[in-house]
Amino acid sequence: MSAPTTTEQDERRLYWEFVDCWTIVRRELGHLAKQPSLIAWQLGFPIVSVLLYVYVFGSAMDVGGGQDYTTFVMPGMFAMTMAFGFMNTAMAVTVEKDRGVIDRFRSMPMARSAVVAGRGVADVLHAGIDLAVMALIALAIGWRSDGSLVETVYAFLLLLLLRFALIWIGVYLGLLVPNQEAAGNLFAVAFPFGMISSVFTPPSMMPDWLGAIAMWNPVSSTATAIRELFGVSTTAGDSWIEQHAPLMSVVWPLAITAVFLPLAVRRYQALGR
Amino acid sequence: MTAATEAAAEAGEYSVIAEGLRKQYGDKTAVDGLDLRVRRGTVCGLLGPNGAGKTTSVRMLSTLVRPDGGRAEVGGHDVVRRPDLVRRRIGLTGQHAAVDEILTARQNLRMFGRLFHLGHPAARARAEELLAQFSLLEAADKQVKTFSGGMRRRLDLAASMILAPEVLFLDEPTTGLDPRGRREVWDAVRGLTATGTTVLLTTHYLDEADKLSDWICVIDQGRKITEDTPAGLKRAVGGDRVEVVLADPADLPLTAGAVARVAAGGRPPETDEAELRVHAPVTEGVAALTEVARELQDAGVAVLDIGLRRPTLDEVFLRLTGGAERETTEKENAV
Ligand SMILES: Nc1ncnc2c1ncn2[C@@H]1O[C@H](COP(=O)(O)OP(=O)(O)OP(=O)(O)O)[C@@H](O)[C@H]1O
Ligand SMILES: [Mg+2]
Repeated sequence: MSAPTTTEQDERRLYWEFVDCWTIVRRELGHLAKQPSLIAWQLGFPIVSVLLYVYVFGSAMDVGGGQDYTTFVMPGMFAMTMAFGFMNTAMAVTVEKDRGVIDRFRSMPMARSAVVAGRGVADVLHAGIDLAVMALIALAIGWRSDGSLVETVYAFLLLLLLRFALIWIGVYLGLLVPNQEAAGNLFAVAFPFGMISSVFTPPSMMPDWLGAIAMWNPVSSTATAIRELFGVSTTAGDSWIEQHAPLMSVVWPLAITAVFLPLAVRRYQALGR
Repeated sequence: MTAATEAAAEAGEYSVIAEGLRKQYGDKTAVDGLDLRVRRGTVCGLLGPNGAGKTTSVRMLSTLVRPDGGRAEVGGHDVVRRPDLVRRRIGLTGQHAAVDEILTARQNLRMFGRLFHLGHPAARARAEELLAQFSLLEAADKQVKTFSGGMRRRLDLAASMILAPEVLFLDEPTTGLDPRGRREVWDAVRGLTATGTTVLLTTHYLDEADKLSDWICVIDQGRKITEDTPAGLKRAVGGDRVEVVLADPADLPLTAGAVARVAAGGRPPETDEAELRVHAPVTEGVAALTEVARELQDAGVAVLDIGLRRPTLDEVFLRLTGGAERETTEKENAV
């Protein structure tokens, strides 16, 4: 038997990177199949929020322009669900680190990239399921997209893009925090990140300083951009950031990925130091 | 023999070779120049108090962390230069049962089989073999989170044996298990060594180290204090002792006299007046015991208990690591 040439080796490596990544993804999907309640659990807060804001506060909410509140708030809820998603990533990573699962993977001859890459792919798929459930609930309470099919699909892709970017923040923080309790405390970060945004009300209706923060929140750019795609009329304010929401809803996630993906990978590699 | 062939022969004889292995965490030297050799197919027990550097050593040898100094070969390959080759030859069971809680036992083993790059059919077949070997067939389709600690551990061990590793690292494999669970793990480990696997075991249970290990290495503060066979270590601490427990304090002097006659080196026996206990080190254990027993019987002494006490590894351990502790407190006092 002759030793494999370098290109052969590279091809085999690439092959195993894909296969191992897929094995990790299948494992995550196996979790959902074994325990569908995981989805209900993670969607608990967004669902309660929908019911609360639509039915309890909805009649008292005036977002201007005679806009129906359900139409306004539903896209915000989608964006908030994506924003909170990084908590799930961080928690899952911390649990695996704590329980020694990551160490076991690292002591095995599997592709090094698969743990992080598999987590990324699995979480995007998971987010897709989350969004589908949220959309069904929205449809059930009377929400409709007024955009074309293409616009609607694009809106959902923008949501997934935001979630994709946040995975790397999740992996990074999940590896950074010392234990599961600390990971639970990340809610203190997730909460304002999801809420101080245009999710529930237009930033123009907030006090100036808060409105400025909310406007520049990446969650707001996605929320504002998808509102336009869903055909909601009275959303964007006059500021530059709000006027450029369609652009920023792509730029923000790319920027976050550009910063946090390398940080997450570095942190993962640092486990060996 | 040239140096190269010598090294090759050595690599064949030892599955684990560490030379001057070092790991530094900030100011703290976790492992401070560890030399270790584990003969192929044997079990080496790595003992030491909390924070001695056992886990850190295992993590360096299993390619999880990079040593700051020294070198190590596992399964014939350098852990820093060829971690990929080392990983194909080792199994690791860490301080936690590192298995997936939500999946079933069968799904876990199949998944790990795939990650060890077995094909689907091979991964399935290996999972079934291991489930049977570790008596997990009945629970195979239950979620791991419903498992007892012992079952989890067994599954964890099974997962680290998917490729029938040449070297198996076990870091406190029975911590938190009840006696039955521990016995199950021991049986599994013995089964493995019977097939030629080399095992490096850390544990705080000295009876466990005693039962399983062919060789024991005691470390403290990142350094090796001593190494020997379990029997050799015990011998070094002191041999057998004859011990008599009496019913009546009045018999103490007579008993002390009888024990003194058989005591090694003719030293006077130690007498514990509160517990009515007389004991002394002896060389010819069994002969000494029968002689003392006969003498006490002839004198009509009421004996509650008489026997030959062998030193336990606990005593060895306390003696060895207690010394190091004293040294540090002395050093600290001097500062
Ligand atoms: N990642 C780390 N960062 C900083 N210090 C560490 C790290 N890992 C270990 N140490 C320190 O190195 C020393 C040795 O730790 P190690 O875990 O190897 O000990 P051990 O012998 O396994 O102890 P135990 O019996 O408690 O498991 C300890 O003082 C510990 O605090
Ligand atoms: Mg330890």
